Amino acid sequence: MEKILFKYIDYPEQYKVDNYLKNGGYQALAKALKEYKSDELVEMVKKSGLRGRGGAGFPTGVKWGFVPEDLAKPKYLICNADEGEPGTFKDRAIIENDPHQLIEGIIIASYAIGAHLSFIYIRGEFAFGAERLNQAIKEAYDKGFLGKGILGSKYDLDLIVYRGGGAYICGEETSLMNSLEGHRGFTRLKPPFPTTAGVYGCPTVINNVETLSNISHIVLNGADWFASIGTPTSPGPKIFSVSGHVEKPGNYELPMGTPLREIIYEHAGGIRNGRKLKAVIPGGISTPILTPDKIDAKMDFDSICDVGSMLGSGAVIVMDETTCMVKAAKIMMDFFAHESCGKCTPCREGTYWLSAILKRITQGKGEEEDIELSEDICDNIREKTLCPLGDGAIVPILSTLQNFRDEYIQHIKNKSCPFEK
Amino acid sequence: MLSELTKDKIKRFRDLFPHRKSAILPALHEVINDLGYTNPEILKEIAELLDLSPLEVSETTSFYTYFPKQGTGKYLIQVCTNLSCSLLGAESLVKYLEEKLRIKVGETTPDGKFTLVTVECLGSCGTAPVMQINQDYYENLTQDKIDKILIELP
Repeated sequence: MEKILFKYIDYPEQYKVDNYLKNGGYQALAKALKEYKSDELVEMVKKSGLRGRGGAGFPTGVKWGFVPEDLAKPKYLICNADEGEPGTFKDRAIIENDPHQLIEGIIIASYAIGAHLSFIYIRGEFAFGAERLNQAIKEAYDKGFLGKGILGSKYDLDLIVYRGGGAYICGEETSLMNSLEGHRGFTRLKPPFPTTAGVYGCPTVINNVETLSNISHIVLNGADWFASIGTPTSPGPKIFSVSGHVEKPGNYELPMGTPLREIIYEHAGGIRNGRKLKAVIPGGISTPILTPDKIDAKMDFDSICDVGSMLGSGAVIVMDETTCMVKAAKIMMDFFAHESCGKCTPCREGTYWLSAILKRITQGKGEEEDIELSEDICDNIREKTLCPLGDGAIVPILSTLQNFRDEYIQHIKNKSCPFEK
Repeated sequence: MLSELTKDKIKRFRDLFPHRKSAILPALHEVINDLGYTNPEILKEIAELLDLSPLEVSETTSFYTYFPKQGTGKYLIQVCTNLSCSLLGAESLVKYLEEKLRIKVGETTPDGKFTLVTVECLGSCGTAPVMQINQDYYENLTQDKIDKILIELP
């Protein structure tokens, strides 16, 4: 597949508007404003089959279509750039190297849903990315792609970069909206869904960076072209972030449905130092760990579910035979315990205790009952929280218990870690 | 306390958003750019500038981990210890930094120059191990690289 989102990712100073224009930039915006009514754009994105790249895979055009048309309230579009799912670093690459591709997508999406003020909510740590975006936005205003009467049309749009404060939970859309409103980043009960009552109580569409970066390509090349890439139910290109024990970690743009084996062994160069693969997380740490016998699965929203995991953000974390899976589970649980917003008791308390139990097991102080106790705590978190963080938090421990239970028992029986030299 | 320039910027945020409370986080980022830390008096100043109650500002601020409190070293060294960085040796780099700076994680050197902390995923897993010092990322770390980075900080 010819690269689409990453076509100009290494082009010198692609982040400058003149270079973006030289490489065909903002033609899609001109076409969208001139040739399409907003509802026609919604239909086009629906027809393309584009699904959200932030993790949930919800059809983007369908989400846009939920925005009520004839409401007196303003409508908002938020680009979710709070990239924080461990293992994921694709959005940062787009933001830093090709920010106008994202901004063009945001403008078209905002036009499609009728928003006149849009936000890019970017994680606080991405100070450089925020600066890049602000410079690019300034250029876009100067060229007439943002502001009043965009490209001579009657459409106005302002775009603001909003920096978060270092909270993973704010990547969850309802927490993000609370954060943007200046509150603590607590999750909200759904319904109402953001498209009905979102930020400032108004209809709001929240799309991921990679999702929005696809929009200009769909407008230029058509829905059928997009649908012809990837698989019928997960069309389009996907950026896979590969990290861990591989020879060539990095971002790889490939068609949806590329087998996990091909991603690890062909694109990322295989396992480091000629070691053997032990386990792989296919979509960020909230997705179940897979053993090497499962890696022929295709990486798209549906196929990867057939082998018991999820596509998530497409963040592939590779672990070789030297990895202690109990320690890996502990690292992931510590993360969720730290990042739980504290609103829902099962998640706040459960992640804390699971983290404490895993700590004592890794230190050789675990008891045999700890395994059952952990499973019981997981049971008390599952589906008992407002947002998906709770369900995600129990994934690493449950999937390592399922596939590597012996390692837990070894730690407990021998009162030490079998992988420590 | 806050410089006039920072105050002006914060005042501009007040009317930028549909609700003024949205200006709290942007204000905090300006304060960090200016002073490098916050304290209760600064939060009160922000509240006055935004026409909010001090409680509203401190309630929001205390949720977020990105804004260092007064007393943090001139350079806040934040080492990622999440999975991808740990797989590639983050833990030994933390130990190395502890020995080199002669402090434990969470502490500040006596001269106030460095504070060492561990943080969760910085979103740079393809170039692990990674650390952030104040606003800047340092990637593909090794002990030698850390030596060089610390020497070059003024």
